[in-house]
Amino acid sequence: MMSNMTDLDGNNADYQAKLLVCNRLGLHARAAARIAALAQEHQAKIILEKNGLQADAKSILEILSLGCGPGTVVQVRVQGPEASEALQALQELFRLRFGES
Amino acid sequence: MASETWPQNKVLKGIAASPGIIIAPAHVLADRSRVQVFYRYLGSRQQVAGEQERFREAIIRTQQELSRSKEAIPEDFREHAYIVDTHMLILQDRLLLDETLRLIQEEKINAEWALKQAVKKAQELFDQIADPYIRSRVQDIEDVSERIMRHLTGTSPSSFTNFKEPVIIVARNLSPVDTTQMSLKRVQGFITEMGGKTSHIAIMAQSLRIPAVVGLENAVREIDTGYTLVLDGLTGKVIINPDAETMSLYLARKKQFENFKAEINRSSFMPAVTLDDYPTRILANIEFQDELDLVLDYGADGIGLYRTEFLYLRQHYLPTEEELFEDYKTVAHIMKPKPVTIRTLDIGGDKFASYSQYVQEMNPALGLRAIRFSLKEQQIFRSQLRAILRASAFGTVRIMFPLISGVQEVLAARQMLEEIKAELQQEGLNFDSQIPVGVMIEVPAAVMLADLLAQEADFFSIGTNDLIQYALAIDRGNKYVAEMYQPLHPAVLRMIKQVVDAAHAAGIPVAMCGEMAGDPIYTPILLGLGVDELSMNVPSIPVVKRIVRIATLAEAKEFAHQALQLGSIDAVTSYVTNFMARRFPEVFMFGRELVNSNY
Repeated sequence: MMSNMTDLDGNNADYQAKLLVCNRLGLHARAAARIAALAQEHQAKIILEKNGLQADAKSILEILSLGCGPGTVVQVRVQGPEASEALQALQELFRLRFGES
Repeated sequence: MASETWPQNKVLKGIAASPGIIIAPAHVLADRSRVQVFYRYLGSRQQVAGEQERFREAIIRTQQELSRSKEAIPEDFREHAYIVDTHMLILQDRLLLDETLRLIQEEKINAEWALKQAVKKAQELFDQIADPYIRSRVQDIEDVSERIMRHLTGTSPSSFTNFKEPVIIVARNLSPVDTTQMSLKRVQGFITEMGGKTSHIAIMAQSLRIPAVVGLENAVREIDTGYTLVLDGLTGKVIINPDAETMSLYLARKKQFENFKAEINRSSFMPAVTLDDYPTRILANIEFQDELDLVLDYGADGIGLYRTEFLYLRQHYLPTEEELFEDYKTVAHIMKPKPVTIRTLDIGGDKFASYSQYVQEMNPALGLRAIRFSLKEQQIFRSQLRAILRASAFGTVRIMFPLISGVQEVLAARQMLEEIKAELQQEGLNFDSQIPVGVMIEVPAAVMLADLLAQEADFFSIGTNDLIQYALAIDRGNKYVAEMYQPLHPAVLRMIKQVVDAAHAAGIPVAMCGEMAGDPIYTPILLGLGVDELSMNVPSIPVVKRIVRIATLAEAKEFAHQALQLGSIDAVTSYVTNFMARRFPEVFMFGRELVNSNY
């Protein structure tokens, strides 16, 4: 579940969530590209974590290197300006299975 | 014409990546594999700055080149444009860009050498990835770095000719971006040394319906432009300069395959009735609404398994009854009057990101999942049942409960269903009061109790994936035992027989919705065992329908009867294989390849 450690001005909040990779191929090239493109649109720092490995969501290669097959649960941490919006957008992207049919 | 020195009738074996057979001359693309890279030490700070600048410029030129590639992608390839986007992101990725700049700075080395080191690091990182599909994406990094290298070293990229004659492209590796630049009208097939079944080139070839063989070692060394090639994308074989006999063999095989494809596509819309007029039903397994187009295109008789887990896998909240209702209603409405079989939630607590208290299960396959979870978390179950019932007013909806292991579970679930019917009636909401309720047979206990369960169910649906796993105690994900997962295990055949007999004695039909139902090799035996309805992934439908339409119930029964007499997996397998090869040679030769590709 989402936890929210907002500071007083609500700006540099640190958000966390668990996201489930529920598309057929997992976080492969196309899905990772979508995530990286989305992360690059946001200023906030977005870290994906799996089994203790971390990836900066702005880096497609780091995302790929996590090796998230279908069914993986990824821990995501978002920090910085408009973190909450960034997280919401990311959750939506996962929910829509990265726009794949 | 073949000269003395040309290899004759030489057979090479690679990986079948896209089905089909083609005979055409080879066009070998110049090996553009590795740009030669040399080490250079940078003596001064200015040199370092200059080198970084040179690298940045190469990146910019590469980016421009990629943009141009993207614009030049022909219509046929539009859907693959994302590959170019992916490459643009890799080009800017900090593991390549920042790392190379850092290495130039800190190691005082030239850009080529620094890039090579950065790529090497990334390759090592990717070597650690367990998922083979994702691991193979290291190719994309190599493609991109190759492209940058060419700009750094000024090596001009070999450009693709517009072929005047039909050709089979032979290359060490085909970068997807390069492939998108080809004029496809003349490209009849692809052969590459690199790549596997999941490589870009395999996926692209499948979607373009161009036969392909990948992972063919030494292809570029063995094949010269102008050689005549037989490319068999069904077996992965490539024959160089075939002799007359081989040629006519493959021409016949090609014709046979094409007739078979045409035939199965035609029969896909005809009813699944055997030659002796026994009607059976071929349905589709789906998970998402957007699959419905395909379901209708392939002439399915309905949905035999609608998996409902997806809406529950979202993070922040459980789906509301309204959301579920809208979803089920849409599917029911689109398929109407064909049936839609909705399977209630079939996941364990471990899959709920929002249910983390259940995460710690040692053995989820034997844990709190499916109907067990639903009966424990009644609020979740009730809202799903309400949604299914309400949707039943808009089409032909059937409901089935997964992982039933005894009568009590069926009774408990049915009782809740009855309570909800009463509720809905009071609320004045419409539903099908006669909605058929099915029990999934996936646990050996359910097989043993099939006669009793049949008294409480309107139909059975055999989920073979779980049933085989539980009956044979085999985890298919475990590579040490995966080979022992055998649908033709005599115990599995007997269980299917027992379930069918119990169901038919009670006057209810039996469906099957596991993978076994969609593998054409098993169609006759399932037909002969008396399974009334087969539900499968959409690509299997035309092939399976084809078998039903050219089989007779009488022979299938006799065949199944004989198979049941055999006591070992090997005996059953060789019996079934021989029968299929003799009786359905085309299906035997081509069926599985068609089903397993993305056709």
